[in-house]
Amino acid sequence: MTATVVPLARIERLGLDKLGVVVAALLAVGATSPFAVFRANRIVAGEAKLFFEALPPLSAGVFALVVVAAAAVSLLRTSARLRLAMATGFAVAAAALIGNAADHLTPAGDRFARVAPAAGFWILAFAGSILFADSVVRLRLGPLARLLGLALGATALALFLWSGAWSEISILREYASRADVFWREAGVHLALAVGSLAAAAAVGLPLGVLIQRQPAARKPALNTLNAIQTIPSIALFGVLIGPLGWVAAHVPGAAALGVHGIGAAPAFLALFLYSLLPMVANTVVGIENAPPDAIDAARGMGMTGRQRLFSVELPLALPVILTGVRIVLVQNIGLATIAALIGGGGFGVFVFSGLGQTAPDLILLGALPTVLLAFAAAIILDATVELVSRARS
Amino acid sequence: MIAIERLTKIYDSLIAVDDVTMTAAAGAVTAIVGASGSGKSTLVRMINRLVEPTSGRVLIDGEDAASLPVHELRRRIGYAIQSHGLFPHCTVAQNIATVPALLGWERRRIAARVEELLHLFQLEPATFARRYPHELSGGQQQRVGVARALAAEPKVLLMDEPFGALDPLIRAKAQDDLKAIQRKLSTTILLVTHDMEEAIRLGDLIAVMDGGKLLQCAPPAEILVRPATPLIGALVGAGERPFRLLSLATAGQAAEPGAADGAAVAADADLRDVFAELLWSRRAAAPVAGADGRIIGRVTLARLIARAGTPS
Repeated sequence: MTATVVPLARIERLGLDKLGVVVAALLAVGATSPFAVFRANRIVAGEAKLFFEALPPLSAGVFALVVVAAAAVSLLRTSARLRLAMATGFAVAAAALIGNAADHLTPAGDRFARVAPAAGFWILAFAGSILFADSVVRLRLGPLARLLGLALGATALALFLWSGAWSEISILREYASRADVFWREAGVHLALAVGSLAAAAAVGLPLGVLIQRQPAARKPALNTLNAIQTIPSIALFGVLIGPLGWVAAHVPGAAALGVHGIGAAPAFLALFLYSLLPMVANTVVGIENAPPDAIDAARGMGMTGRQRLFSVELPLALPVILTGVRIVLVQNIGLATIAALIGGGGFGVFVFSGLGQTAPDLILLGALPTVLLAFAAAIILDATVELVSRARS
Repeated sequence: MIAIERLTKIYDSLIAVDDVTMTAAAGAVTAIVGASGSGKSTLVRMINRLVEPTSGRVLIDGEDAASLPVHELRRRIGYAIQSHGLFPHCTVAQNIATVPALLGWERRRIAARVEELLHLFQLEPATFARRYPHELSGGQQQRVGVARALAAEPKVLLMDEPFGALDPLIRAKAQDDLKAIQRKLSTTILLVTHDMEEAIRLGDLIAVMDGGKLLQCAPPAEILVRPATPLIGALVGAGERPFRLLSLATAGQAAEPGAADGAAVAADADLRDVFAELLWSRRAAAPVAGADGRIIGRVTLARLIARAGTPS
């Protein structure tokens, strides 16, 4: 860590990369911290293992080599392409080695022992992702290249999962014993996040157009949505239990449709309500920001209000509206985790039962897919926004 | 022909256009000149009903503009504005096709029309049709804006400061091009400008407005020679007056039989430029060459000087 206190000017004079110094320091800390944790069963305290304890000798050698290479590439002022290649290679090596460590540490045939990535692994992963993100930024990858990169990353992840290279890692052990539930909750999670987004778009777009055209309605509408946004999610779930319970009890057919005071219905409704503000506000702002000359020309050439809306105003507002969709989707994927608290299902089920059982692996089984989904959604929508706005500016 | 009859627009307590009556002749360019706030834009925007008049009426070829559904009226009238108002998310071809598409033209007819207009405005279709407005220069954007306004072959074209955003050199070229295209298509044009120079250059008729009132509506020569009010006199500019008067005629029109030394001037050059050339080359006369290069006569300094003053 001493490297980080060296004055920046001196780092430059030495021909070193500023961010690379941080990455190299992280790599050093990560490599000397425990790489994996071994536990005799899923809830007892674990024994931390350094990389040379966790890995067979040959793999430990590969590990050391890869860490040193990555540190060298980050420290020196290397080209963005080389940095990206190094980051990719580092990620693949780290992924393979953690699987290798799990195989190595688990006694043959032991179905109770658990091997989990430890602090060192996560620090290395963090260092690798900084190197990766930085090289992507430096390369100024276009939207299509980023989408391709995401697809490649997803494929690599799928390959690791399917190949069995990770099957001894504790998180996948947790998965293996509840695969059915996992996929069911994954479906619920996506349905909550994407379904509430779709509902918010279906309501928010017309509402946004409406209040854009009725300036008098704008303030009250946006203020109401703003107020909803400030209610903490758990409080909102609580607030919804009463009315939805009443609806379930008194509206014929509502209960049959799955409307209850607790469960997926209030979670869906809460996510929907949170999603409305970004959808409505971005629609209003998007239309407001359309160039006034283009609107004047559209009127002057004889477009009707509807034609103007659909062929000028909405297309011009599209990038801003899509930015709203991005905000909502990423936010909803994260927020949907909390639905489990009121029996709404989703990945939160694993997070909260993991917390209850003090089983960190189970928490990760819920948390990691949530993070990956949010990350993928952000990349996809950012690229889409860029593709849509690129043509016109 | 556009007949404006007692047209008035009142906003709350502000009288934007005050009882204006005038006629814009068919196939001619009528330039409406005035300072900002003079009501000139409002007047023109009442013709395609972007602004609904408080009272009075507009007759287009004898038909009351208020009698038509507003969208149909606007689709029949070309409309070009200062900052061109091109749709940034549409290609050049899509922009030009706007009104024909609204009118439900067949696709092939639209494509042919777009190509024809691009040629007319010297924008090579293969290069420009698929470009987006931000990929064009200011002058090209302006041409696309006018091409779009003319796409559905309107008999009437309204232009609100169409050249306002262009730099002087490009503006002069754009004005010449517009004049040439207008002659070719004989479109009736109402052009709003704050620039008297532009009005004299383009207008067959100049209407001067101030404070919502129409002060004078007359051919340029008359505006120059007999301004109806001191304000118009000031707009014309005492120092510029003789030269502007000269600029209304061409060398061909002022040519007389005879020979002269030195380089010839083109028959379609305006007399202000010819006058400048004679002064600069210290000549009393210059030969005039027709479009084919043949000498058709000469212009003399004396003749120009005679034309540059008040007719007695």
